[in-house]
Amino acid sequence: MSQHDPVRVAEDVCLRHRRDRTRLLQVLIDAQERVGWLPPPLLTAIAAQLDLPRARVEGVAGFYSFLYPRPVGRYRVLFSDNITDRMLGAPALMEALCGKLRVEPGKLSEDGLVSVATTSCTGMCDQGPALLVNGRPLTRLDHARIDQIAELIRRKQPLDAWPAELFQVDDNIRRRDALLGLSQQPGEALAAAIARGRDGWLEQMHLAKLRGRGGAGFTTAVKWMACRDAAGADKVVVCNADEGEPGTFKDRVLLASFADLVFEGMTLAAWAVGARQGLLYLRGEYRYLLDGLRTTLARRRAAGLLGQGILGEAGFDFDIDIHLGAGAYVCGEESALLESLEGKRGTPRIRPPFPVTHGYLGRPTVVNNVETLAKTTLIALAGGTAFAATGTAQSTGTKLLSISGDCARPGIYEYPFGVSVDRVLEDCGASDVQAVQVGGASGVTLAGYEFHRRIAFEDVPTAGAFMVFDSSRDMFEVARNFVHFFAHESCGFCTPCRVGTALLEGYMDKLAAGHGAKMDLADIEWIGRLLKNASHCGLGASAPNPVADTLLKFRPAYERRLKNLDFEPAFDLDAALAPARRITGRDDPGAHLDTAQETSQ
Amino acid sequence: MSGTFLFDGQPVPFTDGQTILQAARAAGHYIAHLCWHPDFPPHGSCKLCIVKVAGRHVSSCAMPAKEGMEVESNTPEINGERRALLQMLFVEGNHFCPSCEKSGNCQLQALAYDLEMLTPRFNHFFPDRPVDASHPEVLLDFNRCIFCELCVRASRDVDGKNVFALTGRGIHKHLVVNAESGRLADTDFSAADLAANICPVGVILKKRVGFAQPIGARKYDAQPIHVVAMQEDK
Repeated sequence: MSQHDPVRVAEDVCLRHRRDRTRLLQVLIDAQERVGWLPPPLLTAIAAQLDLPRARVEGVAGFYSFLYPRPVGRYRVLFSDNITDRMLGAPALMEALCGKLRVEPGKLSEDGLVSVATTSCTGMCDQGPALLVNGRPLTRLDHARIDQIAELIRRKQPLDAWPAELFQVDDNIRRRDALLGLSQQPGEALAAAIARGRDGWLEQMHLAKLRGRGGAGFTTAVKWMACRDAAGADKVVVCNADEGEPGTFKDRVLLASFADLVFEGMTLAAWAVGARQGLLYLRGEYRYLLDGLRTTLARRRAAGLLGQGILGEAGFDFDIDIHLGAGAYVCGEESALLESLEGKRGTPRIRPPFPVTHGYLGRPTVVNNVETLAKTTLIALAGGTAFAATGTAQSTGTKLLSISGDCARPGIYEYPFGVSVDRVLEDCGASDVQAVQVGGASGVTLAGYEFHRRIAFEDVPTAGAFMVFDSSRDMFEVARNFVHFFAHESCGFCTPCRVGTALLEGYMDKLAAGHGAKMDLADIEWIGRLLKNASHCGLGASAPNPVADTLLKFRPAYERRLKNLDFEPAFDLDAALAPARRITGRDDPGAHLDTAQETSQ
Repeated sequence: MSGTFLFDGQPVPFTDGQTILQAARAAGHYIAHLCWHPDFPPHGSCKLCIVKVAGRHVSSCAMPAKEGMEVESNTPEINGERRALLQMLFVEGNHFCPSCEKSGNCQLQALAYDLEMLTPRFNHFFPDRPVDASHPEVLLDFNRCIFCELCVRASRDVDGKNVFALTGRGIHKHLVVNAESGRLADTDFSAADLAANICPVGVILKKRVGFAQPIGARKYDAQPIHVVAMQEDK
């Protein structure tokens, strides 16, 4: 602790963040980077520096998966636990690594050197199995790589000295359309929008009928206009780069290789609503992209695309700051994201009011997904009508799909909206497909008879995840993985989600252990309905989706796990004998079937 | 501005800014709740106050009343859901009503009687939640916490002390106090604080007064909570 005197660390870090309480999460992330974890005296010192109640600091520190109020290893290994990583062999690889390092999963090794555990989907499903070491992603794991990693850790090699190829992350772009095929200079779209004037630019957004790519599909122009018209001059544009949905990784690719389009989209939004401040909320798992993103921001500032008087337009002042998340899927929900940006626990807010009127620090705020913002550059360049010419009437433009699972060519595919699931499966080289999970864990499970359906808000809506399962896969295990995911990621605010997801987890584990009965399936369905009806936010409401869908479409996967298939026929044998009894005039016990006895024989 | 909406088929007047729960209550209709308190802004976490408006479930404590809306509350469907939510609260904590000194004064227990919760239904979680008896005046028995955050809010907004906060998340969410030691004795908490007197269940208990009033003669012993609550309002 001597080289990490808590008071000095807290002082340094808090000063670097201007003792700004809204930066509490960023302070905790930085402080932990120095010390390795967050010892209680450090939390006390940070609370004192920021003049916050200590309990509040402890509350925030305890909320995020990547903040550690208890000691962890100098090497923190976290295996991605998404179903696609599991299908690629992650559990066996984790067991192998634990064996080599002589450490139990979830525990700290005795010498404090290493801890190995699982984490929710790291967004590397196209090149899994993946893991994070001290926050840095390693992809395409196999036993040779696990040996190599174990050796590097045993030799206490600093991460910077590890072979670079271990950290290589590929884009895997397989199909380009309007967005991924675009070649434009930074600022071109912005200049076009400025030339149209603020209102003219919003008019193009209206014509484009662009809907949010984060999943909900709200019309972007309507959101922007509501924010523009909201009371208060201090508007904010937030880019939601908290892509945490299991099976999606398209935002990762956009941020890695198309960051200019994303930042330009944020600036276009700022032009429309009159915002001066922009915030990009980057999920903790994508922290490795941070330096590149900051470089892009600096380049854009130097080019006059950010800062005062953007592109020479007097009064158009806008700049962007990046905030880091720390492992909380629920922060993808826009109001939870705003709470997190304000340095609080990521608990979704009560609505109304909505973020467009009362968002970040109570100011009118536009929250848009990474892909949505990138798409606005296309509209600025070609005009709204041209944009609306592709896709379907209700879903204009193209959609990026993150394809993973059982297919020959996983990666990013850009299609005009309206593409059929069949077509996508053919393109990615999937055969013998049993099911496709569209939209991730919170999305919809499609069975074979539905593959003619189309990717569009009016048919199969999606934020982008597209996970393929061939006939060898057990759809019960797929659903069980998602249920564990939701139980882990529930913020715990409301009763149905906090307890319901934990109960569902218990039921699924009971079934997996072969102790299920038909009553359990009824309970699962009932808890699922309650979650859907009563949950505070979309996480709880969508948590039962994968179970409900697989119970409906792949019921045998559940039923063969039941110990007691408690069958009750609708046909009543004794009642069917009633006419015979009437005819013969008999109604003595001998003229009745004892059904209880019949079934027990 | 004001108007009228239908609550279980009966007209209920409201003034602008009132939530469904507030307006219904002012008109004499009780809606079950645990995290809502008349003196605090809505919280919306317990979900006991869910009602159906135009076929959709909403939290009546947070949803503003609107002209002409049709609200269903006291129906078998909604009460069934409320009962299930109560069953969830009972299995996630450790509740021993017969031996609990809050028995008869506890809103969770009273609602369970009122909504005819006859069994716990789900498997008990049996969480390990050690009590904190460090404070001279007050005992904290975390076993019964339902995360309504009334103590958090009262201590922060009224007492100005910030004694309580929540940490962890999901089913591991739990109450903590404002001390590095984690002990209530090391905070500036006092039995006179509003936070010490607001817990709807039996987490915050004053020492040496537990059974001064016998069980059987307590708040919800003679009449159900939906009657007691409405009498209090008058």
